[in-house]
Amino acid sequence: MEHNNKDHATLAAAFNVDEARVDWHDETLWFVRQKRDKAVHIVPEWEALRETASQIKNNVLSNLHDYLLQFEKNAQQNGITVHWAADDKEHNQIVHSILQQNNINRIVKSKSMLTEECHLNNYLKSVGVDVVDTDLGERIVQLADEAPSHIVLPCIHWKKEEIGELFHQYLGTPKGNADPQFLTGAAREHLREKFLTRRAAITGVNFAVAETGEFVVCTNEGNADMGAHLADVHIACMGIEKIIPLQKHLGVFLRLLTRSATGQPITTYSSHFLQPRKGQTLHIVIVDNGRSRQLGREDFRNSLKCIRCAACFNTCPVYRRSGGHSYHTAIAGPIGSILAPNLDMKDYADLPFASTLCGSCSNVCPVKIDIHQQLYKWRQVLVKDGYAPTAKKIAMQGMASTLASPGIYRFAGKMGRWVIKHFPFMVNNKLNAWYKHRDMPAPPKESFGEWYKKNREKKG
Amino acid sequence: MSSREKILSGIKANQPSLIALPDVENFVQPFADVVEKFKTVLKAIGGNVHAVQNVAAIIEVLKAQFADASRIISVLPELNDYATLYQQGDDPHLLNDVDVAIIKAHFGVAENGAVWVTEAILQERVLPFICQHLVAIIDKNTIVPTMHQAYEQIAGTSYGFGTFIAGPSKTADIEQSLVLGAHGPKTMTVFILA
Repeated sequence: MEHNNKDHATLAAAFNVDEARVDWHDETLWFVRQKRDKAVHIVPEWEALRETASQIKNNVLSNLHDYLLQFEKNAQQNGITVHWAADDKEHNQIVHSILQQNNINRIVKSKSMLTEECHLNNYLKSVGVDVVDTDLGERIVQLADEAPSHIVLPCIHWKKEEIGELFHQYLGTPKGNADPQFLTGAAREHLREKFLTRRAAITGVNFAVAETGEFVVCTNEGNADMGAHLADVHIACMGIEKIIPLQKHLGVFLRLLTRSATGQPITTYSSHFLQPRKGQTLHIVIVDNGRSRQLGREDFRNSLKCIRCAACFNTCPVYRRSGGHSYHTAIAGPIGSILAPNLDMKDYADLPFASTLCGSCSNVCPVKIDIHQQLYKWRQVLVKDGYAPTAKKIAMQGMASTLASPGIYRFAGKMGRWVIKHFPFMVNNKLNAWYKHRDMPAPPKESFGEWYKKNREKKG
Repeated sequence: MSSREKILSGIKANQPSLIALPDVENFVQPFADVVEKFKTVLKAIGGNVHAVQNVAAIIEVLKAQFADASRIISVLPELNDYATLYQQGDDPHLLNDVDVAIIKAHFGVAENGAVWVTEAILQERVLPFICQHLVAIIDKNTIVPTMHQAYEQIAGTSYGFGTFIAGPSKTADIEQSLVLGAHGPKTMTVFILA
């Protein structure tokens, strides 16, 4: 999603206008969370798997330099061309130059949140390359000129009737047909023609194995494979943190990924690419884009352990009720809220505050990222560095001076209780940011200080 | 300094001191009967599964299931009487009109109903994705309990491309309604050969 000047609270307020839709969105995602629970509870060693995955990722982050070199060497020996991109801009230019060298200006792309983060589609469009997203959900949002609102379920915010209308407009399906089976069939026909005619395919990477130089791409639809195996050129884009040390570690991560994501025991396809197909060229673009910086932030380093399952999205009470677009960044939800401030503290200063800090995200995370604790720590960093939202800053400054002076504190407490009691509308209005999302409590008759003084005096 | 050097030196400067790798052996194997578990899970994720004694039994099932199919290909010479033997060399795009593709798989995984196939079996990588219906044959005694044992099987083998396939291609992108047959096969049938 393009940056705009709206923050999470404003965008969430817009999403919340249609209350019935919010309930529907909330329930749909909670349904996915429940499917995750069912899949997880039948695996007795689940917690041991999480702990192992977490420790593997800790090792990866502590030895990333060597693992990347090992991966590069093995991939090159396997016949893969490896490229390195320091940032989003360089990533996009590398992809474009590979396409140019092959005289290709029409491509297919399967799901890659990295390419969303780099705004690759917009870039390629600006240089005259036509990109067709082939994941069904991504194709739907692409036709609607939107960004995905969820990293696993890109169009979870769309209703089937709206998709029916969209397909009527773009794919010529009969007006009023909103049957998911029928619409998926129409998309299948539409996209198969693209698979058969496009000479380059971009895919993401779920895991890249240092030991073997192979990378693994997981899909349910088979779109990454349809694209890659029919194209002359396959470009796989990965962040530096996708590395895992050993092939056998795939066993741990593939057991965790889809159970956490959708409650399936595994994705339909877990494809391992070692070498290019005969007659094909295979490229990997390894992208930093701020990740090495995040690696140096001790408090936030663990965010790089993420395997993009979106379990934290589905369980988050704020995400479920505010929608993915309210996060105004490619990766929404709790994990996105700790990744985004690393990219731009000013643009994303609002996101660590878009949480209740309930900790549900950390509880479901398959690699045990301390998500809610990092959200809390980002708040402190952002306030200290002067990036906090203005209203919050003023309120915090007022609170700080009140708490610093016992006299002002006692007076303010008395005033507050008196105001709430006699003039409730003065706090129960939209000028009070706290009241916006909460009911003000009934005022107590007296403060604890006053009560203590009175009772102690009585007894004394 | 190239981007490669810049990225690598940044990582080296910022990565914490080495944390040891954990042991990934010794996870429990919770299934009393791996074949039954495989069948149950594969059915639950939308696959068809048949336990058979021989190739003749496979052909009998396929004849009934795919009576209307016009292009049926296989990579197994033992199915010559029923399907056209496919050999690599053709343009993969020409597989677009394949109704049924019959392959063998190296092994199955009980916990998730997946089968492991590699390029050597497939002849053409796109084959199990582009066909309308996929049929895979596995030996009963190759089914392993979990992905840990699966990677023990894969370790040391050589392949340019390999994939786990678990059931038919699917999507639930439209309002979480499960639809079988997204881009790949609309059905997947696995024969477990005794």
